[in-house]
Amino acid sequence: MRLRVSQLQSPLAGPYSFELAAGHCLTISGPSGAGKSLLLRMLCDLDPNTGEIQLDGVPRSSIGAPEWRAQVVYQPAEPAWWLPTAGAHFNPHQTQRMQELLPQLKLSPSLLDHEVSRLSTGERQRMALIRSLACHPKVLLLDEPTAALDPEAVAATEALLRHEVDAGMSLILVTHSAAQAQSLGHRHMTLRDRLLHEGTP
Amino acid sequence: MNAAIQPSALDLALTSSLVVLNAGISAYLGLRMQRMMLWSALRMVVQLLLVGLVLRWVFALASPAATLAVALLMIVAAAREVAMRPAHGLRGWPGVWLSTASVGLSSIATVVLALLTVLRPTPWYEPQYVVPLIGIVLGNVLNSASLGLDTFYGGVVNARAAIEAQLVLGATRQEALAPLIRDSVRKGLIPIINQMSAAGIITLPGIMTGQILAGMDPMDAVRYQILLMFLLAGGSGISVTLAVYLAARSITDERHRLRLERLSGR
Repeated sequence: MRLRVSQLQSPLAGPYSFELAAGHCLTISGPSGAGKSLLLRMLCDLDPNTGEIQLDGVPRSSIGAPEWRAQVVYQPAEPAWWLPTAGAHFNPHQTQRMQELLPQLKLSPSLLDHEVSRLSTGERQRMALIRSLACHPKVLLLDEPTAALDPEAVAATEALLRHEVDAGMSLILVTHSAAQAQSLGHRHMTLRDRLLHEGTP
Repeated sequence: MNAAIQPSALDLALTSSLVVLNAGISAYLGLRMQRMMLWSALRMVVQLLLVGLVLRWVFALASPAATLAVALLMIVAAAREVAMRPAHGLRGWPGVWLSTASVGLSSIATVVLALLTVLRPTPWYEPQYVVPLIGIVLGNVLNSASLGLDTFYGGVVNARAAIEAQLVLGATRQEALAPLIRDSVRKGLIPIINQMSAAGIITLPGIMTGQILAGMDPMDAVRYQILLMFLLAGGSGISVTLAVYLAARSITDERHRLRLERLSGR
C-alpha cells in the first residue's frame, strides 16, 4: 500500500482513515468549506495534526517534514509564487522534466521568462502543476487543479494526470466535477460535515 | 575652556513656547495632534526630571547592586517597547522572552565590552559610566530590533502563501524564510548605517553636541562619539540578528510548519 492513513485529525478536521495504492487515484468531492483543503494540508503535514500515515510502509513520524513533503506534494487551489519569473522556480536538475511537461500542458517555453504576474490564471495553474510534478512526488495532492482552465487545457491536464497515475504515482484529487472524478478516479470519496464517505454525492 | 552655560528654569519655560507654537499649528491645520504634542512634551519633562533625581541618587550610592538594578530596569523597559512596537507580535511569554533576550544580550555584551576594554572606570560599576552608556545603547538596540521584527512579522503575514508554497515542495523552514530574514536584518541595520554616514556632515550626534555644549573640547567629544558609534553599530547588529532569528524559530515548528496562530495582530 502506497499510503496508509489512520486516525488523522486536528481540532478542525477528522479523524480520517483510508488507504491508497500506488498508481491509483482517489477523488474527493463535497461542499465548499467541508474541510477538503484541511485534509490535504494534514496529509502533507503543513497543519498540526495527530494520527499516523505510512508511505510505502514507512511511518511519517520517522521522516523529516521537508523530506515527507517532497514525496507527498500538495498543490493548493491557488498556487503561490515566490520569485519573479516562473522559470526561476525550477532547480537545474528539474529542467529536463519541465521541458518534457510544458508541451503536454500546451504551454510555450517562452512563458518561463515572463513575470509570473503577467501569466493568465490558467497558465499559472498549469505551470504550478509542472512545478509539482517536477519534484517526482510519490503522492500528489491536488486541490481543484482545473478550476481556471478552458476545456482544451482541462483535457490536456487530465491526460497528463492519467499518464502519471498509470506510471505509478498516487493521486488524491479534490474536484467539483463529477465527470472528472469518474474519468480519473479509481475510488471516490465525499467529505461532508467532517466525515469521509465512500462514493460520490 | 569656557564654563558650561546652565539653562535656568526660566530659559526652559521660554523654550517651551516652541511646543505651544507646534500645538497652535496643529490646531490651525486641524491635525488634531495638539493634545498629543502637549501631553508628550509634559511626559518628557516629568520623565527626565525623575530620571535626573534617580541618577543623582544612584550616583551618590555608588553601589553595584543599585547600578545593576537600574540597568535591568532599563533593559526590561526597552524589551517591552520591542515587544509592543511592531504591528504584529508573538502572543504571551515567547514574545517577552524574545525581546528581552535580544535587547538584553546585545546591550549587555556591548556595554560590558566597552567597560572592560576601553573605558575601564574604577570601580567597574561606576554608575556615571554604566547608566548613560546602557541608556544610549538600549535606545539604538531597541530601534533596530523593533524595525527588524516589524519587517519580519509583517512579511510573514503578507507572504504566507509564498512561504508555504516553498514548504509544500520540500523546502526547509530556513530555506523558505531566508530571503525575509535577510530583508528584516537589513532593515534593522539601516538606521545605524545612516547615523554613521551622516554623522558630522548632516547631523552633529546628540551626545557630542551635549558634551560640547557642556564645555568639553570638541576633539575629546568626537573621540567619545566615535567610540559610541562603534558600540551602537555592534549592539544594533547583534540585537536585530538575534531578534529576527529567534522570531523565525518561534513562528515555525520542528515539522517545518508556519504557525501564524502564534502571532497576534494589533
